[in-house]
Amino acid sequence: MVTNLVQARDLVVVRGGHEVLPGISLDVAAGVTGLLGPSGCGKTTLMRCLVGAQRVRSGTVEVLGEPAGSRHLRTRVGYVTQSASVYDDLTVAENLAFFARVLGVDDGRVDEAVAAVGLHEHRSRVVGRLSGGRSRVSLAVALLGTAELLVLDEPTVGLDPVLRRDLWELFHRIAATGAAVLVSSHVMDEAERSDRLLLMREGRIIADGSPQQIRESTGAPDVEQAFLRLVEGEEGAR
Amino acid sequence: MNPRVTLAVAGRVLRQVRRDHRTLAMLLVVPCALISVLWWMFEDLDPTLFDRFGPGLLAMFPFIVMFLVTSVTTLRERSSGTLERLLTMPLGKLDFLLGYAFAFGLLAAVQSALAVAVSVGLLGLDVQGPVWLLGVVAVADAVLGTALGLLVSAFATTEFQAVQFMPALVLPQVLLCGLFVPREAMPQVLEAISDVLPLSYAVDAMQGLVASTATGEVWGDVAVVACFALAALALGAATLRRRTP
Repeated sequence: MVTNLVQARDLVVVRGGHEVLPGISLDVAAGVTGLLGPSGCGKTTLMRCLVGAQRVRSGTVEVLGEPAGSRHLRTRVGYVTQSASVYDDLTVAENLAFFARVLGVDDGRVDEAVAAVGLHEHRSRVVGRLSGGRSRVSLAVALLGTAELLVLDEPTVGLDPVLRRDLWELFHRIAATGAAVLVSSHVMDEAERSDRLLLMREGRIIADGSPQQIRESTGAPDVEQAFLRLVEGEEGAR
Repeated sequence: MNPRVTLAVAGRVLRQVRRDHRTLAMLLVVPCALISVLWWMFEDLDPTLFDRFGPGLLAMFPFIVMFLVTSVTTLRERSSGTLERLLTMPLGKLDFLLGYAFAFGLLAAVQSALAVAVSVGLLGLDVQGPVWLLGVVAVADAVLGTALGLLVSAFATTEFQAVQFMPALVLPQVLLCGLFVPREAMPQVLEAISDVLPLSYAVDAMQGLVASTATGEVWGDVAVVACFALAALALGAATLRRRTP
């Protein structure tokens, strides 16, 4: 039996008078789950619900058996926001040392996290002057704790292909320890690298399965085509 | 609240300031330069005027500077996502607020030590009360500026807006603090307003220290400034929300 690390039920979120999530239900188990969909489809809002940063109108979210955002979860859930939430005017090592102290983890974790994102040669560089460094440092911060759930909002945007491949390998290594890694992206070709895919559109999940299952069920050659066919099918049915 | 986290925040804020050489230099040099200009301006006219206006200026620097610095830096924390991330971590709101207050209080202590040293040592400001108490007033003042800066950053969405709070909230206090016109001599309405503005008490404290050796009233004024600072910190804490719309 697969245990769900995340259980969301009938989640409704209204932002600025607009129903961003009109009642979404979702389970996430261990492994790398890709959350894909166009910009503005509610990916970020959904992820903010899971880390307890989003005010929710109705519905429930349980993470690791507790309501999302509860005190005990703060060291067990790692979160990378869409904006690179690190300090531009500090070095890589200083950023990580600060967050390590807030999390109460050993300084030794700093070196491991820096190495994991391939920044060990740049650890004394100021983040703002490190091109493409911001999102990697931000990701390293999420790796500091011993997170059982990693919520990563578009962590690979703007990175070069080699680095993206390395990071996806890293996500799988983390997932292999029994953690759930939820990665959002609007780049469809990244989808193929997930164990499980959730395709999202207008606040709803329109497909859920392994990349292969989704391709086969739609008869499309790749996930991007599958997504387009699903959208066309929906519009045709209206 | 957790002292480890509070100190981590304070240390990180100080490290950021230290890295920004230009800001650091301005924080430390500008007050000394301005107080020297004030002295120079009155030197030939009437040197006693420096004793009248100098203390007020010493009270204003830490307040204005820390207000500006804090409102911009915390706004940056809000808009860059670092605050959102920190609030998903085991960080208490008080850790965040006190960390900032501690860092900028320390910075204000250094800033004021320099400004007081220049005023008393070089420019001959005549201080009747204990000189170290000037430092205490300055730190209370700086914490007040920091607390207000934290609070207003919640109501600004851009750095431009944050800076606009300075003429809106700080300049009225400068006008009504009793530096230009003694507070007792103001029209009643303005005097009443002046009575509820924290900077008035900070300036009173500085002027009291310069004019007399009795420190009772000075401590009273410091207590009022501290209460304002605590109230602003409490309101600031209310604006830090783990869950946002």
